[in-house]
Amino acid sequence: MGEAKPADGTVDTFPKLLIDNARRIGARPAIREKDLGIWQAWTWQQVKDEVAAMAAGLKMYGFERGDSLAIVGDNRPQLYWAMTAAQALGGKPVPMYQDAVAEEMQYVLEHAEASFAIVEDQEQTDKLLEVMDRCPKLKEIVYKDPRGMRHYDQPFVRSLDSLMEAGRKFLAENPGWFEAEAAKGKGEDIAIMLYTSGTTGRPKGVMLSFDNVVITARNGVAWDKLDENDEVMAYLPMAWVGDNIFSYGQSYVAGFCVSCPESSDTVMLDLKEIGPTYFFAPPRVFENILTQVSIRMEDASKLNQWLYKKFMDVALRVGPQLLDGKPVSFMDRLMYGLGELLVYGPLKNELGFTRFRLAYTAGEAIGPDIFDFFRSLGVNIKQLYGSTEASVFICMQKNGDIKPDTVGPPATDVELKIADNGEVLFRSPGVFVAYYKNDEATKSTKTDDGWVMTGDAGFFDADGHLKIIDRAKDVGKLNGGTMFAPKYLENKLKFFPYITEAVAFGHERDYAAAFINIDLEAVGNWAERRGLAYSGYTDLSMRDEVYDLVAECVDKVNKDLSEDAALSGSQIKRFLILHKLLDADDGELTRTRKVRRSTVAERYGELINALYSGVDVCPVEATVTFEDGRTGTIKADVKIREAKIFPSQQAQAAE
Amino acid sequence: MAHERNIGDTILSVDQISLSFGGVKALSNISFAVKEHEVFAIIGPNGAGKSSMLNCINGFYHPQEGTITFKGNTRRQVRPSEAARQGIARTFQNIALFNGMSTLDNIMTGRNTKMNKGIFWQALRFGPAEKEEMEHRAVVERVIDFLEIEAIRKTAVGTLPYGLQKRVELGRALAAEPDLLLLDEPMAGMNLEEKQDMCRFILDVNDEFGTTIVLIEHDMGVVMDISDRVVVLDYGKKLAEGTPDEVRTNQDVIDAYLGVSHDDEEA
Repeated sequence: MGEAKPADGTVDTFPKLLIDNARRIGARPAIREKDLGIWQAWTWQQVKDEVAAMAAGLKMYGFERGDSLAIVGDNRPQLYWAMTAAQALGGKPVPMYQDAVAEEMQYVLEHAEASFAIVEDQEQTDKLLEVMDRCPKLKEIVYKDPRGMRHYDQPFVRSLDSLMEAGRKFLAENPGWFEAEAAKGKGEDIAIMLYTSGTTGRPKGVMLSFDNVVITARNGVAWDKLDENDEVMAYLPMAWVGDNIFSYGQSYVAGFCVSCPESSDTVMLDLKEIGPTYFFAPPRVFENILTQVSIRMEDASKLNQWLYKKFMDVALRVGPQLLDGKPVSFMDRLMYGLGELLVYGPLKNELGFTRFRLAYTAGEAIGPDIFDFFRSLGVNIKQLYGSTEASVFICMQKNGDIKPDTVGPPATDVELKIADNGEVLFRSPGVFVAYYKNDEATKSTKTDDGWVMTGDAGFFDADGHLKIIDRAKDVGKLNGGTMFAPKYLENKLKFFPYITEAVAFGHERDYAAAFINIDLEAVGNWAERRGLAYSGYTDLSMRDEVYDLVAECVDKVNKDLSEDAALSGSQIKRFLILHKLLDADDGELTRTRKVRRSTVAERYGELINALYSGVDVCPVEATVTFEDGRTGTIKADVKIREAKIFPSQQAQAAE
Repeated sequence: MAHERNIGDTILSVDQISLSFGGVKALSNISFAVKEHEVFAIIGPNGAGKSSMLNCINGFYHPQEGTITFKGNTRRQVRPSEAARQGIARTFQNIALFNGMSTLDNIMTGRNTKMNKGIFWQALRFGPAEKEEMEHRAVVERVIDFLEIEAIRKTAVGTLPYGLQKRVELGRALAAEPDLLLLDEPMAGMNLEEKQDMCRFILDVNDEFGTTIVLIEHDMGVVMDISDRVVVLDYGKKLAEGTPDEVRTNQDVIDAYLGVSHDDEEA
């Protein structure tokens, strides 16, 4: 996008990009937010004015060059502006996960040495006040939403409005101050610090420079030909690198408008109203949408069900080919066109997908069924492989060259190689500067010549697409010597709508076994349809009928595995359905909903033992943390089932 | 409560109210006064006359004896619609919403007493009526934002879970921008989390809008936590009145209602 990238190359930081956008496309919308039921928009010119006021306000209350600014809250325009304001002042914005509990926040606040915090509301203010005495550097808390804040009389707690008011006064007396401050920034300066959620150990602060983020964002924009006419919905946590690239970096580079939902509960409704053209969602979001559609179709009238089935068959057969521009017969084209009119179009409209030019999914493997479903509807969903340390993009699929089980070829300017142990290594302009105050971790992750170890095991297929199988350190061996890739098994299980989470065991064991969490909504609906009464998750999870249902899924996974010579030995011999949902509040999942294996193994030791002994039932007690922070226990007798083991295809052929 | 509040002068005073249905004396000789910005609780066993008391205050029942003074206007008989116009709003023990209507429309009905333009203009939604509707809608949207029910704005309330319906009902009462809010068992049938949410909303309403709140509630933990003052009724008579602590230690109240073991259970 030549327009977005001036030839002289001086626009190398976000504050400079903002000033440039205000000059070039100042009257175009930059960001929107739904407030009191109405979409409010700010143009690039207005955003620049707001950011300047915020920067001046921060400056007046003592924010210095090199300081860290903690940012906590849902996706709000003001919080995105806070990032640019801090960057203009030469500070490091540190967006934090808004649903983290106070103790988790304390670690990041303390480690990042945040001196200022800009937070969304009373809830976040309270959390920070709770840990403030343990964060000696933190001296000011600024809140956006004044609701409930009237009685906070601490001198270091103030409203964003008052801070910006002070900033505006300062700007009136010092015109040109913001531009001068912004001009001091350079491409190699630290743009942002993102704390990785950390499946192991303490979170690490990944420092990304402006060059990292801006160049990577530009490459991404060029790859997919994004421009100022695109629309994005910002609804994923601001602390996550993906949001920083999609809703911030690429928006500043391409000049497109970002919309912030009214609240986290209204995302799907707001999506429908905004109709974005460019969308990002982890696989579970697409999975939820598909589950919702399936459930609602089951409640639809007979005629609608018939139409849906009829045309979805057509779509699944020819939709992906049409999307990839491959030849399709005239008759099929005609049927697909009719389907678009009767089924796909209305369905996409209902979901807010009508204007999608492209949608990305990453973070985990997406189920082939889900992937095919959306592609067959004409939704250009693609996979990408990335990490915080790469400023997101490592591999991404190209239009017209999509495979459901790979993450595509390397992205622009990215070099890739596979180490001897199968680990994927990359080198790119997006490679992070270092971990903050953690040289040891930096050294063990990044080599001196800039190669970064991803920790993921993978290989290239015949077309040069990367295929990721698991975390390199998680790939183990069964006692028999068969390779055991737990994530691979878990993903296969999770592709079933009835299974929401799975944890596979097998390293240095005689056979593979698994814990399963059922999907309360999908299985609940299934149970209702059968007139099966239940009182809650625990009760439902222990029903024999549900076990039968899950056993069918496990059998199918085993059948699939039996077809793959290398993995046939790792078929799941025994499984159980956990009596409670694994939960981030209990430390069993990370905030990005990845399983913490060590915690699970520790907490459910007896159940693992039960999987590897002959027993059929294992009594357990589990501690649960309620949303208000209190704890309670759940007692249950967890049943253990044997699954069907299929002979390996090779062995069958030999017979 | 943690912070000091501006408790003002008496906003509602109930003087020697007696109400009977035929031979049944529902209330006899009840007097109490509620001050501005206060959270005031009426407690008592089933059949003590709590709901009857609320019904008298908002003009649904007409007591045979005694007077009620609201904002300086003493009255014996008043119609509910007049009470509403004077600034009294209420919620009900059994949810009384329009099930087929959306959350938004239900809350909009709370603005009914404030709509002045004639049915003709409203039907056309034209000129002054349109402007008026936009103003009302803005108030309703503030209520929706306040109660965090944006996601169900357009959902028919009949399909909502019970706890949310209660919240919508509170929303409808708030939409009237009342000076006095009567809540009849706002937490009945709620789980712990819903109760906590509701407590927070009640306190926020009181704090943000300065609304005076009179509530009936059975959950003693809730009552003792959020009320400034409590009046205890038993068989239509007033047993005690005072701060939660005073009431909790009052021997009559313990005998009649709380009971030692009972108190432990509830607390």
